[in-house]
Amino acid sequence: MRLTLHVWRQKNHDAQGRFVTYSMADASPAMSFLELLDVLNEQLTERGEEPIAFEHDCREGICGSCGVMINGRAHGPEKGTATCQLHMRKFKDGEVIRVEPWRSKAFPVIKDLVVDRAPFDKIVQAGGFISVNAGGAPEANLIPIPKPTAEKAMDAAECIGCGACVAQCPNGAAQLFTAAKVSHLALLPQGQPERTRRVQKMVDEMESYFGSCTNFQECEAVCPKGISIEFIARMNRDYLRGSI
Amino acid sequence: MSGLSNFYRSAVGKKALMAVSGIVLFGFVLVHMLGNLKLYQGPEKLNAYAEWLREVGSPVLPHSGLLWIARFVLLAAVGIHILAATQLTLRNWQARPQKYKQREVLEATYASRTMRWGGVIIGLYVIYHLAHLTWGRPWVHSDFIPGDVYHNVVSGFQIWWVSGIYIVAQVALGFHLYHGLWSMFQSLGWWNSSNPQDWRRRFAQVFAWIITLGNLSFPLAVLTGLVK
Repeated sequence: MRLTLHVWRQKNHDAQGRFVTYSMADASPAMSFLELLDVLNEQLTERGEEPIAFEHDCREGICGSCGVMINGRAHGPEKGTATCQLHMRKFKDGEVIRVEPWRSKAFPVIKDLVVDRAPFDKIVQAGGFISVNAGGAPEANLIPIPKPTAEKAMDAAECIGCGACVAQCPNGAAQLFTAAKVSHLALLPQGQPERTRRVQKMVDEMESYFGSCTNFQECEAVCPKGISIEFIARMNRDYLRGSI
Repeated sequence: MSGLSNFYRSAVGKKALMAVSGIVLFGFVLVHMLGNLKLYQGPEKLNAYAEWLREVGSPVLPHSGLLWIARFVLLAAVGIHILAATQLTLRNWQARPQKYKQREVLEATYASRTMRWGGVIIGLYVIYHLAHLTWGRPWVHSDFIPGDVYHNVVSGFQIWWVSGIYIVAQVALGFHLYHGLWSMFQSLGWWNSSNPQDWRRRFAQVFAWIITLGNLSFPLAVLTGLVK
């Protein structure tokens, strides 16, 4: 496959970034998108140029490290897929591909395609946990949880914190991420004692960094885990219940 | 810590207030459209209805008392709706200082993407509409007769560009209502888990169409000579 890539290059947070165009003559349709960048980086290294910095870890779509805007879509053209699981067979021979980092005030670019997603950690630190006294692990089946509830909680817990929701949202809102983190605990019995305090702290933390939701549904469309905006409604309900 | 000011400070709280004020305004435009259907029953019925709006509530309330209460509630709803929308919009515009070179629109509907400027258009239209048919200012309505609602509507709409303004505004209102009505459920956290998507969308579609078609029919009926 012949491909032309316009890739965002930026030395560091303070540097002025720009798009640099690279031509690739020998891309394989079986490559993942990250492997394409690997091959390009090999070529850049051989030419004595600085390789493109991008974030990656598991490369099997479950860690949430990778994630770039590909032709104006977070994680690229395939639905329900992280960048690492996107394969070049989804592109046409001769296609021009634009690669951009997530853009959000809360996610400053560290280098090239790598952004700092620390605000997601801050949101989780604000309340995305259950306080229990340390001790022996409790018997797993002591608290009965109905199957549909457990499934729903798992749907929310699927969130890998990649940041695609923020990246695609026209408002740069982090509602889908926060709602997923709030809901997977709020649905389970163990999450009940801190349910109200949790949602208020996490929403307050979220709002100190991000824009807010206007129900565009763009987040849902690019979420590699297909997390539903239903959870945003759940979060809103819990927040309002706690406030009134 | 004051709960209410904290609540308003949060975007989630602001959206809830936008939903509640939106419900008030939705109720108003629905009743307003239904009441205006009396245009088709002729001048006596329509003018009597307009007079009834002033008399309703008396003798417990003074003449026009209930009308003023309604106006006050509507004004408050409009104020809250616009204030919260403006504050949220300004905040959201700041959330992405560096824009994308390329960003596709995936799911966002035309209605959702035109909420802000559509809202501005509707706001300006409401001022025009009040000057035109409520205050009857001579610079917007040259043939205004206080109390003769039927005459004012018909003679106003017979000017093609006046009808044009109304038609454009009603289409804008239709889009605004569609996204607004649907979003209201989301902002207030009303979720029917058995069939999440469908009934909220259906509700928004049905009422947006009813109100838009009803309102569009008035200028069109006058323009086509159906109502004279």
